[in-house]
Amino acid sequence: MSDSAGVKDVQAGKAAETKSAGDIELSAGDRQKIVTPEYMFFEAPRERAFITGSEAAKEAIRRSNVDVAISYPITPQSETMQQVGSLWAEGYVKEYFRGEEEIGVMSAIAGSSRAGARSMTATAGPGLMRGMEVIASWPGGRIPAVLLIMCRVVNAPLAIQPDNVELAYLLNCGIILFHGENQQDFFDYTMKAFIISERPEVTLPVAVAVDGFFVTHARGYVSMPSKDIKLPPRDPYAEAVPTMDNENPPARLSRDAPIQKSNFISYQVHASWQQEVWAANERSRRYIEKYMGGLIEVINPDAEVMLIASGSAVSQSREAVRQAEEEHNTKIGLIKVRSLRPFPTPELRAACKHAKRIIVPEFNYMGWLHREIVTALYGYSKAEIVPGPRVYGGMSMPTEMILQTIFPNKKFVF
Amino acid sequence: MSLKNMTITPGWEKYMTKEYIDLVERGPYGKQKKVSEMGSFKEVLEEHPMCAGCAMTLFIRLTMVGLPNPEHTILIGTAGCGRLALTQTSIPFIYGNYGDTNAVASGLKRGLEVRFKDQAKDVVVMAGDGGLADIGFSAVMHSWFRKERFTTIMLDNEVYGNTGGQESGMTERGALLKMAPKGKLFDKMDMMGLAQTSGVAYIARLTPTNPTRVASVVRKAVMIAREVGPTFIQAYTSCNIEYAIPTPKVLDDARDIESKRYGFMEIISDEAKAYLDSIDTAKKAKKE
Repeated sequence: MSDSAGVKDVQAGKAAETKSAGDIELSAGDRQKIVTPEYMFFEAPRERAFITGSEAAKEAIRRSNVDVAISYPITPQSETMQQVGSLWAEGYVKEYFRGEEEIGVMSAIAGSSRAGARSMTATAGPGLMRGMEVIASWPGGRIPAVLLIMCRVVNAPLAIQPDNVELAYLLNCGIILFHGENQQDFFDYTMKAFIISERPEVTLPVAVAVDGFFVTHARGYVSMPSKDIKLPPRDPYAEAVPTMDNENPPARLSRDAPIQKSNFISYQVHASWQQEVWAANERSRRYIEKYMGGLIEVINPDAEVMLIASGSAVSQSREAVRQAEEEHNTKIGLIKVRSLRPFPTPELRAACKHAKRIIVPEFNYMGWLHREIVTALYGYSKAEIVPGPRVYGGMSMPTEMILQTIFPNKKFVF
Repeated sequence: MSLKNMTITPGWEKYMTKEYIDLVERGPYGKQKKVSEMGSFKEVLEEHPMCAGCAMTLFIRLTMVGLPNPEHTILIGTAGCGRLALTQTSIPFIYGNYGDTNAVASGLKRGLEVRFKDQAKDVVVMAGDGGLADIGFSAVMHSWFRKERFTTIMLDNEVYGNTGGQESGMTERGALLKMAPKGKLFDKMDMMGLAQTSGVAYIARLTPTNPTRVASVVRKAVMIAREVGPTFIQAYTSCNIEYAIPTPKVLDDARDIESKRYGFMEIISDEAKAYLDSIDTAKKAKKE
């Protein structure tokens, strides 16, 4: 690793100090060097590994200086939080336990985050649904935390297969929501999520979703900086609300005051609180732009037919774009949506100005991304916005399905 | 809070409210106040919107006097009457979701332990019988089984008071309440027994009839939670509205219930007992 200006060698001094104290052994996490987010994300030399999405999440957590991680098993997430448990055993995560079920886990995260500790958990499908009352209250509680989601079918009937309908339920609660395409995204978005979540003007939870199995259990190439470095710790005193550690002057005013009186002051307080949550959500844009390269990524921006997708549907769309060009001599555009909340409304309006046809491949039945796009582009585009193609219940999406929608007059077998 | 944080910067005294100056100069921070001193110091809880004659409010006031370290305590509550008073205390209070208190407290306590290695931070849950025995039951039991180091205080008024008088698991069998139009059909839940089964280090049952005892039980519970393991206080704090107890008779009712079925009870684990003894020994040594 180079001695970049971004690297702060704070551990050298600490190590000497600890040695003189004589009785504390440095944990693996203590031996990591703290670097700036910019160095971690953009400058640190990276090496490529061929790993699963769950392993990519683990490696992101290892470098994220996490204080508290709380786990509860559910397929296909279990492997990730098991591996985070190993990180705790190795000393990279300071505190870890298995909660009783998701309401308990999400509540405990609300507690540890209020304590000022950098906190994370992960869940999937029915687990997300079970924890939803609590998760939906995190933004109002201004809880900076990271939630990893490995999408799976929402019951019933019972199934464990990939299907990302669950993300529809997260769109309206104020949480910041990223949807990763592959293992590399899962690694990068997770680390960036902590930094964005804890910005003073943001102070909101961030969820990073990927499609279960396709990403979590399949291997892909992930380039990662050295495990000897980690992100700076959370600074809870530089956030939008007081930390609940009783280090503030006493006041008879609760941060989490229930506002249930039937009068206009109460209505006004709650109304302005909601406005502020969504304003904070919007304020995360500049950090998504800075750290993630924007809310969207555009390939072949001039094409008349544009695919818009998020998650695994992006990978399938990329391949369809390649096939369309190489096998059918047609240039198709692709917009990858990285951030679902905040939603890239102005970006999509600009990127779709010229489009004649917009196709939205999705891995769920009801087509939440299509609805979002229709709402965003209404009045700003004359393009036909095609609802689909869609797969659900665990199916994968053959690229021919996308090609068939692109070329309705040709016949594809799938 | 570190006591330094609350001290007013010299020159700014005249801009601070009387309320704040009183809290700093005459509050309980950094001093262990006694019940007998009530009225001579600024209390953690003063004004509140609770009903006239509410036994729960008296109990909460006494609890605040008992806290061994109010300047390093965080309170957690949930839906119910108690939180209407708890939000008015001069101690940080967390109001999360329905029945989430003991899960929030688990995360909070562990997060605080990560951040404050050399300063004990006391976490105290105060919630109603519905919040702890019904909707929060799973979180309560698991926090006990996991031996989470905080205090759970049940404000047991044997009814959902805040929602207008519905039966709870802690209601006595036969009580005629809303949602129990034929009278409650099963027994009051044995939370004391469940606390014992799950290995709670200090368990106490009491009513607010003996104010000094309330403060002393709370102090013990918080100290033991800090050093040994989970602690549980189950307090009869009648709802004079839903049980139609005339306001001047609220304490008579408490005495009556206490004598019939809610007598003072303390169950202390050997480890907790040894810890209490060690405090006593240290205190005596200091005096000598």
